[in-house]
Amino acid sequence: MNALTAHLPALQVIVPMLMAPFVVLLRARNLPWVAATATSLLAFSIAVRLTMIVTDGKPVSYRMGSWAPPYGIELQVDALSALVLLVVTGASSLALIGGRESLAKVISADREPYFFAAWLLALAGMAGIVVSADAFNIFVFMEISSLASYVLVAGGPDRRALPATFKYLIMGTIGATFYLIGVGLIYMMTGTLNLADMELRVHEVADQKPILAAAGFITVGLALKAAIFPLHVWLPNAYTYAPHVVTAFLAACATKVALYVLLRFDFFVFQQNLIGHEFQFAAYLMPLAILGILIGSAVAMFERNIKRMLAFSSVAQIGYMMLGASFVTATGLTAATLHMFNHALAKGGLFLAIAAIAIVTAGCRLSDIAGLARRMPWTFAALVVAGLSLIGVPGTAGFVSKWYLIDAALELETGGAALVALILVSSLMAVVYVWRIVEAACFGEPAERRAASVPPALAIVLWAAAIANLGFGIAPGLPLSLSATAADILLGHVQ
Amino acid sequence: MTVVFGIFLLTLLLITAVAIVRTKNLFVAVMLMGIASLLIAANFFLLDAADVALTEAAVGAGISTVLFLGTLALTTERERAPTSRKILSFAVVSAAALVVIYATFDKPRFGSPDAPTQTHVAPWYLDKTREFIDIPNVVTAVLGSFRGYDTLGEVFVVFAAGIGVLFLLAGAPGGGKRPAPPGSDVGLSRHLIPRVVGRLLIPFILLFGLYVQFHGEYGPGGGFQAGAIVAAAIVLYALLEGEEKALQVIPRRVLLGLSAGGAILYGGVGVAGMLLGGNFLDYSVLADDPVKGQQTGILLIEAGVGLTVTGVLLSIFHAFAARGRQA
Repeated sequence: MNALTAHLPALQVIVPMLMAPFVVLLRARNLPWVAATATSLLAFSIAVRLTMIVTDGKPVSYRMGSWAPPYGIELQVDALSALVLLVVTGASSLALIGGRESLAKVISADREPYFFAAWLLALAGMAGIVVSADAFNIFVFMEISSLASYVLVAGGPDRRALPATFKYLIMGTIGATFYLIGVGLIYMMTGTLNLADMELRVHEVADQKPILAAAGFITVGLALKAAIFPLHVWLPNAYTYAPHVVTAFLAACATKVALYVLLRFDFFVFQQNLIGHEFQFAAYLMPLAILGILIGSAVAMFERNIKRMLAFSSVAQIGYMMLGASFVTATGLTAATLHMFNHALAKGGLFLAIAAIAIVTAGCRLSDIAGLARRMPWTFAALVVAGLSLIGVPGTAGFVSKWYLIDAALELETGGAALVALILVSSLMAVVYVWRIVEAACFGEPAERRAASVPPALAIVLWAAAIANLGFGIAPGLPLSLSATAADILLGHVQ
Repeated sequence: MTVVFGIFLLTLLLITAVAIVRTKNLFVAVMLMGIASLLIAANFFLLDAADVALTEAAVGAGISTVLFLGTLALTTERERAPTSRKILSFAVVSAAALVVIYATFDKPRFGSPDAPTQTHVAPWYLDKTREFIDIPNVVTAVLGSFRGYDTLGEVFVVFAAGIGVLFLLAGAPGGGKRPAPPGSDVGLSRHLIPRVVGRLLIPFILLFGLYVQFHGEYGPGGGFQAGAIVAAAIVLYALLEGEEKALQVIPRRVLLGLSAGGAILYGGVGVAGMLLGGNFLDYSVLADDPVKGQQTGILLIEAGVGLTVTGVLLSIFHAFAARGRQA
């Protein structure tokens, strides 16, 4: 058992990755789904086990091929990675368990093996990014997860999914290329790719032009991947036209993985080495975060397509995470990492609710769900719970991270009050757009519907997500201690 | 001398790139892209990166040109009037270029032995390859073993790309088998000279592919290059004799099996290392003698790479060709 525990960081990646080629060869109907779901659940249990190991704050390291870093590739799991791993594997598992019927409607039987193999590769790619401690290795797994996510989005029910995927592909490739250029420049100046080694060696050359350019390229590239305003243009259409369950999976974790790499790179390699970086980080990212919060929420308020509304809401939520990180304080970083977790719960729950609603309705516009709450009271009750968490109502998970964000803003020497006002205003904007869904569902004039009912599995995972939103709102112990440890780890690299 | 050649090749590359952007004829653009790839390959060779040069030539100039042509057969040769704002794109590209140029001001001198890339990990690789793996080509040692996990990742990138194309194109109606009517002229079978010359060439290309595959430990080469070369030979066969005949030789199911099997073989070697008491992708435990184990491991994973690359490239080619037949 002990030997197996030592291999967990590697197994987290290779279990879903190596299952993918087997899934492609499965021909029987539903078998690819069964295999993918079982693998995803196994990955989730590995993530849980890893979380239990790292909660005391001591990271776990793994040497690929037994070669010592920086010559070989090192994997590392700490509290921050464990938090993101939980989100990635948990979102994948819930979406897969609940998504069989929803996906069967859009993916024909002969394409099923490819689709679920791509799902596993997306999962493996994201897990690979999170556990990696090597800058180039992160790029390789970024490619795997990106290519696989394009396939998932392209599986959408109508042809508009294809241009959305193409835009996502072009933007994603530019982001990855920028990241690679940055890593190449750092390698040119330090001769290493291992992040810990880079942290030490970049110090001597920190004032030189290639390193400055590299910091810029890496930040912009990852910001593009993380859909940080104004680099979010690929996100709304990709989320809107992807299969509903895919949206639930990707909305919960895809941008967060990029944000995770951004935080790691920035705090581990740049913060302590580049002169004035702390100030620049705040000075550039805070205005972008604020604009993202305001504009994302404002667009969401006027959007008629529910999926697109929630996609713009994601742009705003990424703004919250960036805002917390841009404070460069323990409380701010705790709020940012905690919000990664809580937003995944809320948004994942909302998109699962949409998957359930779409079983009955023709589309995802507000007019399509008119009066539906009377027919699907349980589904809408879960949607409201997740919506309340998105707004940040006390008693839900979303409240805890917003509370920490406000706390962090008040710790600032200047502008704290204005930022608190911003957070409150944007929360009110969230009230408006969530209310528009509820209003349409409760008070709209019902139209003729298909006689279909929500599959039990989907109802169960939807309620699991809703209850998690409540549970982590009342007892936020686990994610809170993980994000507090994560903030300490990140700040431990800042002097 | 290297510098003069380098500047010459890069200038040609720049001219080609401008021409690619400016031309409205997509067929011309594809041909120019092939030339650009060859120029880059020559440049890599000049920088003593023979392995990368071989890959770039085989994939960039060879396979991707064929795939682009396959796409053009499905669409059209003329570019549509641009819908995006050209000035904005130009400004973004110029800004990025300026930053890259700015970054070169403090870079180590070209070819300097004191450059950080030469003094940190590189000496260790040069030194320890002999001790741990004992093969002459250090590049293969780094790709196959020291950073074998990256290479495994790259194999899955190729695999993911293959899955993506099959997923997108498999949904097309009538994607299954539909034999060409007898007596019809498929491929270039009526053109005698290409057929005779092509048929003569194919065995040699295949032989060269095998050489590149198994000689990777001693000289430039390995699974990626060999996979592309073998795929190129079979694509040539398909062009000469018609796609149906190529599919008779290697059916779609077999290609899918190759793609998946190569990835499984590579991963399986890694798992075997785990089961025998090492870490993932630790080949030293594969044999009693660690050096022998490393060599066995590299041989096996290179075979996996070759299988996947051949399988995926041919699957993609056939997916495009099948789509073209319906049109």
